[in-house]
Amino acid sequence: MTFSTATENKLQEIWARYPEGRKRSAVIPMLMYAQDEVGQVTSELVAEVAKRCEVTPLQVEEVVGYYSMLNKERMGKHHVQICTNIACLLMGGEELWNHATKRLGIGHKQVTADGLISLEEVECAGACSWAPCVVDGYEYHHHATIEKLDRLLDSIQKVN
Amino acid sequence: MFNDPHPDEVRVISKRFGLPNSASIDTYLANEGYVALMKAIEMSPEQIIDELKISSLRGRGGAGFPTGMKWSFIPRDNPKPKYVVVNADESEPGTCKDRLLIENDPHQLIEGCLIAARTIGCKKGYIYIRGEYRYLIDIMDKALAEAYAHGYLGKNIKGSGLDFDLYTHTGAGAYECGEESALLESLEGKRGVPRIRPPFPAVAGLYASPTVLNNVETFATVPAVLRMGGQAYADLGTPKNGGTRMLCVSGHVNRPGVYEVPLGFPMHKMIYEVCGGIRNGKKLKAVIPGGSSSPVLRAEECDFPMDYDNYARMKTMAGSGGMMVMDEDTDIVKVALRTMRFYAHESCGWCIPCREGTTWLRKILTRMDEGTGRRADIDLIHELAKNMLGRTFCPLGDAAAMPTIGFVEKFREEFEARLRETTVPVVSPDQLISIS
Ligand SMILES: Cc1cc2nc3c(=O)[nH]c(=O)nc-3n(C[C@H](O)[C@H](O)[C@H](O)COP(=O)(O)O)c2cc1C
Ligand code: SF4
Ligand code: FES
Repeated sequence: MTFSTATENKLQEIWARYPEGRKRSAVIPMLMYAQDEVGQVTSELVAEVAKRCEVTPLQVEEVVGYYSMLNKERMGKHHVQICTNIACLLMGGEELWNHATKRLGIGHKQVTADGLISLEEVECAGACSWAPCVVDGYEYHHHATIEKLDRLLDSIQKVN
Repeated sequence: MFNDPHPDEVRVISKRFGLPNSASIDTYLANEGYVALMKAIEMSPEQIIDELKISSLRGRGGAGFPTGMKWSFIPRDNPKPKYVVVNADESEPGTCKDRLLIENDPHQLIEGCLIAARTIGCKKGYIYIRGEYRYLIDIMDKALAEAYAHGYLGKNIKGSGLDFDLYTHTGAGAYECGEESALLESLEGKRGVPRIRPPFPAVAGLYASPTVLNNVETFATVPAVLRMGGQAYADLGTPKNGGTRMLCVSGHVNRPGVYEVPLGFPMHKMIYEVCGGIRNGKKLKAVIPGGSSSPVLRAEECDFPMDYDNYARMKTMAGSGGMMVMDEDTDIVKVALRTMRFYAHESCGWCIPCREGTTWLRKILTRMDEGTGRRADIDLIHELAKNMLGRTFCPLGDAAAMPTIGFVEKFREEFEARLRETTVPVVSPDQLISIS
């Protein structure tokens, strides 16, 4: 598998962090950075990571099945995550979630027909004191409101 | 993202927050940065551990274990390489402090790791950061590069003969990976399921080697302890509860935020003075004091000096410092359900009382919330949660059971009120068993 130069460099850099004979440690970070480029964890990617880290594809599959940020399905170009855990619930996280699902007509881990936006109801994103919180990809939006969420979705839909 | 300092705060580890370029090594060096490392280099490992013991610094990640004692468990004569591992998984609902410590002062954490490395004779360390915090990983990587460039990491650090490499490592979204042994499995490239203990990480941690594993805040505090001296640090807090803590306040207060206060700070003052009281003139109903796994307190219980011993006396815990404040309109059944949905989602599935217990509780609480619960459900929730306590492989099972028991015992009337709204009982006991 070939990656962009930036991703390839990142993967090399990650690989070099672990001691000899311990390259399996690179499996999760490699999957995370490669997924960002490929868009999902494909079988080809699993095989590639297995080869680089000297483990079996099954050992990589096991990991992929366990972690919630590793997706075998392709998520939207913008993966919008809404936290509804306690602190966010208290501040209106559930209303945000209901609004987003209604507006986009999709549910948890579903993607809009044009592939632009996917939604995920997530567990505490570590932004409790600035709740409720919406995350677009890796970008945090704090003190979210329905208006702010609408503005975010509008801007995604307008640009693309 | 942090608030302006409140006059009642005592900023020891957050004192550089808000300085221009606070994350840069130049700012750090200009503000007592790496001074404690230089002291540590002159000290023997025993002296460093003694200083930590005097400081009565206790782990800030949840369990509150004394840090000096933890470090003293590392066997000196073990020929294996030793490791320092930072727990920056920060996934306990209510908690968002480690994030600020890395964002605003990454070098303080690096210095804490260096002192740990110096103490145990270790050459390599990893900072395990939850995957969602990608921007923090970038900030941390930049700080690490600066530290290498200035000779604070790498070979023969500042001519001391000390060699130490420190790296970031990303998680991929799993609360269970905050549990120390699951974190080590994850760091080794496996599913994040816990290990049988003993052996503890101090003896067989990362790659089966002796490992010091602490929370971000704990490591970040170590430089201050050495700089000030253990006694001066301890004196900030209460006996056996040394120093200050970051508290992350969320929910229905006027000024939610992350604040650094001395241990023993009164909870009432925290809510009403530091955080500006309850929003919209409402009354306080309850507080979840230390992250989602700590049992809830009713309003009338929320006036005590917040230190580890007093939390224990109140039959709750300081946990990870995530204080969630709820006003009189809060629906406790909903909060209990949301809490259990979290634990059912995050259970690693390894042991039956946790995997089945959380799922079953989630189902009963859903029924209660939807107004189709039965009277017997209230005792069933209580009984089930009690049966999980102490019967699971790792503390996640307890973390799910403890708050649930608290919600039912302290707010039973709300669960009962939910029943009265019901007209038709939807499921029979037999169905209950078959659908669970
Ligand atoms: C399910 C579970 C999740 C945990 N999550 C975290 C976490 O996100 N961050 C953390 O520092 N400790 C977490 N802990 C506590 C760690 O297991 C460990 O006690 C702690 O990192 C030790 O560091 P300390 O002594 O500095 O507190 C968790 C524990 C459990 C049981
Ligand atoms: S208590 Fe839960 S999270 Fe812990 S090992 Fe058992 S199933 Fe896994
Ligand atoms: S509960 Fe939503 S970010 Fe913590």
